[in-house]
Amino acid sequence: MSGVIESILSDFGSAAGRGVVVDSPPGAGKSTLVVRAARTLAEAGERLMVVAQTNEQVDDLIDRLATAAPNLAIGRLSASTYVPAQRVVKHGTVTVSGAVSDMNASAVTIGTAAKWATVTDGSWERAIVDEAYQMRSDMLLRVAGRFSRALFVGDPGQLDPFSVVAVERWAGLSWDPMQSAVAVLLRHNPDLPVHRLPVSWRLPPSAASVVSAAFYPFTPFEAGTKPADRRLEFSARALGGDHGLDATLETARRTGWALHELPARHTVRTDREAVAAIADLVTRLLQRGPVAYSEHAPDGRPVTVDRVAVGAAHRDQVAAIRQALAGTVAADVTVDTANRLQGREYDVTVILHPLSGRRDASAFHLEAGRLCVLASRHRHACVVVARAGIAELLDTHPSAEPVHLNVPVRFPDGWEANQAMLAHLSGDH
Amino acid sequence: MDPLVDRLDRIRGTVAPRNHNARTIAALTSNPGCGRRGLMDAAGVNKGAVAGQLGFPAGFGQSRFAIARGNAFEAQVKADGAAELLQLLRDRLGLAIPEVAYDDLSNVGGNASREVRYARTKALLARAASERDDAGTLFDHPMLRLEIAGYYAYLEPDLIAFRAGGKFHVVEIKSFAVIDGQADPGKTAAAATQSAVYVMAMRELLAELGHPPESVSHDVVLVCPENFANRPTATLVDVRKQLTVLRRQLSRLTRLESILDALPAGLSFDLAYDSDQQATRPADELRKAVSTIDARYSPDCLGTCEMAFFCRDESAGSTSALGRSVRDDLGGVESIGTVLGLARGTLTPGAGQEEIAGLLRFAHKLRTECLDGIG
Amino acid sequence: MSILTALARAEAVESGRAQPLTTVRHTHVAERPLVLVPLSLAGEAAAPLAAIVGTDPGEPRLLVVANPRDRTQRFDFVAELARVVLSYVDGCARSVDTGAGGTKLRYAEAPQVIVPNRGGVEFVRLLGRSTRFRRPFGPYPVHRTVPILGQWLTFLRERADHPGSSMLLAMTSVLSEHWATGQSGLEDANLAALLGWIDPPGDLDGAGAAALAEDPLRSPPAGPSTDPTFDNEILAPALAAVARSIDDFARERALAALTAAVADQMRPTWDLTWQAVRLLRTRPAGASVETRWAMDRDVFTMYHMALAEGTALPQPRRDSAVAAAGRLDRLEREQARYDAQRALDDPLVMAEFRLSGEAFTGTVVAASPNRVDTSGKKAALRPHITVQTDDPVRLEPGAHLVSPARLAQQATVVSVSSVDVVLELSKGMGRSTKQPAPGSVPEVGDRVTYGPVTDAYQPPGRFPSRDDTPWTHGGPPPVIEYHASDNDAVEDWS
Ligand code: SF4
Repeated sequence: MSGVIESILSDFGSAAGRGVVVDSPPGAGKSTLVVRAARTLAEAGERLMVVAQTNEQVDDLIDRLATAAPNLAIGRLSASTYVPAQRVVKHGTVTVSGAVSDMNASAVTIGTAAKWATVTDGSWERAIVDEAYQMRSDMLLRVAGRFSRALFVGDPGQLDPFSVVAVERWAGLSWDPMQSAVAVLLRHNPDLPVHRLPVSWRLPPSAASVVSAAFYPFTPFEAGTKPADRRLEFSARALGGDHGLDATLETARRTGWALHELPARHTVRTDREAVAAIADLVTRLLQRGPVAYSEHAPDGRPVTVDRVAVGAAHRDQVAAIRQALAGTVAADVTVDTANRLQGREYDVTVILHPLSGRRDASAFHLEAGRLCVLASRHRHACVVVARAGIAELLDTHPSAEPVHLNVPVRFPDGWEANQAMLAHLSGDH
Repeated sequence: MDPLVDRLDRIRGTVAPRNHNARTIAALTSNPGCGRRGLMDAAGVNKGAVAGQLGFPAGFGQSRFAIARGNAFEAQVKADGAAELLQLLRDRLGLAIPEVAYDDLSNVGGNASREVRYARTKALLARAASERDDAGTLFDHPMLRLEIAGYYAYLEPDLIAFRAGGKFHVVEIKSFAVIDGQADPGKTAAAATQSAVYVMAMRELLAELGHPPESVSHDVVLVCPENFANRPTATLVDVRKQLTVLRRQLSRLTRLESILDALPAGLSFDLAYDSDQQATRPADELRKAVSTIDARYSPDCLGTCEMAFFCRDESAGSTSALGRSVRDDLGGVESIGTVLGLARGTLTPGAGQEEIAGLLRFAHKLRTECLDGIG
Repeated sequence: MSILTALARAEAVESGRAQPLTTVRHTHVAERPLVLVPLSLAGEAAAPLAAIVGTDPGEPRLLVVANPRDRTQRFDFVAELARVVLSYVDGCARSVDTGAGGTKLRYAEAPQVIVPNRGGVEFVRLLGRSTRFRRPFGPYPVHRTVPILGQWLTFLRERADHPGSSMLLAMTSVLSEHWATGQSGLEDANLAALLGWIDPPGDLDGAGAAALAEDPLRSPPAGPSTDPTFDNEILAPALAAVARSIDDFARERALAALTAAVADQMRPTWDLTWQAVRLLRTRPAGASVETRWAMDRDVFTMYHMALAEGTALPQPRRDSAVAAAGRLDRLEREQARYDAQRALDDPLVMAEFRLSGEAFTGTVVAASPNRVDTSGKKAALRPHITVQTDDPVRLEPGAHLVSPARLAQQATVVSVSSVDVVLELSKGMGRSTKQPAPGSVPEVGDRVTYGPVTDAYQPPGRFPSRDDTPWTHGGPPPVIEYHASDNDAVEDWS
């Protein structure tokens, strides 16, 4: 790890290029890299600008950086509606303001891309752009004028940015505003060095190989831990209750994955039975008193509500699941769409397969990044809830995708990635 | 003979199997869930003729203006030993192509059979592939073949293959325009899939000669008229995805056993042509035969399958006829009658229909409430 | 597509008639639209074959190219089309909207060009692209109106990308937004079939009318592509006859035959398009239609004046990085606004949100209009209302909602139970900090709707100037803006 970081920092530090791209698969230490880079540069006396995509990400980053470098003066650039988070204000070194002019004393200034886009003056020699694959290229266009060179860090396997308008006007242009920031950057600067963080510290060995093969076929990565490093135990025994739930949880505990399959049926999106199954699984999981043993906590750490998440494809599914969890022990478990779970990490996740209950898969449901995000948020185990029949659905899927000239083909293909994941989930571990 | 092929032959009847071409092979990917189409295609049944005999002739005509335009453009690109094309490959794609020889493979003396032309293509490509440097040869009208469910489909592309950087490239000439770098995405997709068929066939040919698949590039060269002029332009199109899809569908065609097992033994789509080449098979009988195989109609069929008008008629009253997304939104409820019954509460939801029934009832209430008094 | 639309389609199948998807019309229909039905020659990128154009259903103007592959004849056709279109466009700029407040000048009218289908829109784009770079001098000079027509067609085509704009309409799209038929969306692309479901002729039902509409012999396609059988059996001989004719007399006759054949193909579509216009007019317009049309008129006014003054921005072949990003920003804001306005104008569109639990309708059962929040620095008027509803609400405390009846007021969800929702209201209650203006807070017994959309103005994003295009996007593009050159004249369309 540190070897890779050194070489990234030396590339970025050298006067030669204008930028460095770092591809980071899920949990490969992206934040560690960003914090390290920010510290190193700031301590060398450079004023640095940092761009993240959401307020949540900005706050996380500030918290980590301020903890790692307690004497560093940090500026938190924010919109007027922003309510400073506790984890930000607790650090006395952080200045929160809507104006860059208040940041003159800050060695590092951090804000969302949307906020940076409103800044009209000032320039920074170096910038770090975090979650650069989540950023749309039109946003990069708006902020790129503020810096001379930049380190772009992100996960290429996640969801591509999208737009509510569907026009084909820009298809094929190297600066297509709907493409990701990195895609556009590399098309115009093909010589920029691209580094890869080769090891996932989040995903356990059981998940790293599967996720790598399905979603990163040309840029494989490995788990940074050994199978013996991660262990999930239940402190309460299964007494009574639904056998099926416990069997699923046991499989997940043992192997890191479980497919909780419901009888084949075409359903509406908010499949009531699937929603109920998820609610049951999550509450059952918490009732079983799960304890996670890992390199961070060799003596075990209880898996509490904040360490569990539920993921789904659609907002209405999320709403239905939240409703089902309300009033249970799992009421405070995070439930969100793949979009909003990007970059997050939990011990155990329960996900509703995007293709569950569908008769026909749309491009939305098949998008590789969606499944990738859902299947790569966990440190210990991931339970996938799905109707049987996904294999047939994939098998009968017609391929009628339009082709635009001069638009690079995006890999992995959603169909293939789904096929690979499914093969693993339904096979024997 | 292979029992599968034998069975398919009997299903097709007395006529020779329909000759596949790149377009019909590409069309195999358009509705892989349809058993009816899968079987008819595997057996080489002339779907257009069957549909016509059923009283639902397909309307897939082609305008002579379009055909003439296509031919003229192709001839122009290939004129003078494809001089214009070579210039393009060098200038636009930066391919280092040495002085070239031009081989027209359509002319092998006399009226050569497809097999003979295939053999000649193979021999020439073998020679080119074994040469160390880029052979720098353009092959016009090569003859390729692909095995489709036990039969060889001969592909007679208007394609030219050339070798650059140690790889063969497939060139596809189409007469739709590329305007300011953009072309019709549907037509481009069709061209990409057809080119992928050629890439696949060439890879098979070279594999027989012991060359790895990478010896044929997955980047095909699409040549189209540029803007509003007649001048050709060339664009590289990456067909890796299309290749995967094709491979998958072709392998499915030979997995027909499950469909075949369920069919009555004497099933046949023979149209019983008489000596005047008139089909005499009674329509009802044919309809019965066709209906024994499950279809999976969706409106997309209208653009991709000759049987579409028949299958549409057959699916009247089903939610499939309203479109894939409608059917999916309705949680798989199959009949329109059921949808309305559930919505109005006149039908008790069956097992697993409670949720969609609830939504439909609410939707019905909303529509009634909002449209009350509006004509 | 949604369950509401799916249900409407099912109802249409059963009743044999298309079913409304809206309670009001969301598209502006001009008093004097220009209908344009184009046909192009198969196999060519944009070789016009013929067009019917005009503002009066009873006076179609028929233009035919006797030899579509002949450059001169094609440009004669374009010049003729230009005469019709440009005089229409200029006609719209004749009177000024006196009602418009402020200092901004706004024409009272704007052009509204209606084509039968999406293909017609694409035809407008291609014809615009192939003519706007032409010049009245140099090699292959064209009539001076040709490039101006090209600019206007390009302008109109670009407006068609803007959500809520009504300057260039594809009739099939407009109808499909307002009615659900008993066939699929794909089949709705056929104007005759679609209209057959909405307004079937005689005593036919929708399915019968649609079946008739699919027969190319009885209802020729709405273009711009022609029916292949027509091409092969009628058009080809007719064109050949013109080309073969040895004298003026023969040529006249051959031309007349060609014109009649082509007119036969287009006339039904012309009539159908006008039928659809009349049909749309019978529907009441949504409350925001006029606002959006005013925006169209503003944009038209500016472009018309800029063209006249020679200050119009160039229409390059492709957008630069900065132009593309700026346009996308604008389209996204307009899309959000259009979606919101439709839901606020139309309970049946809002019903989509009610179905998904994001909106609800109910009756106010409790209200504390004078409730004051004293927790902040300043005491603020924050009434609470409790709304009882049968809708399956899926909202969480903190969600912001708006009522179509009180657009300026914001409602925040306080709590949700299985039978009611408690909302806290802010803004839109007048000046007093103690008492809301009369009528500004719903009263007990009122029937109210709250939904998650707002048509509040969103400020545009900031973008660098073209010359400041950053290195990430290739740096500033070459300074020479695209200008017509002799090369464009060589583009010969075939
Ligand atoms: S038209 Fe009929 S046979 Fe052809 S693919 Fe569709 S359902 Fe199958």
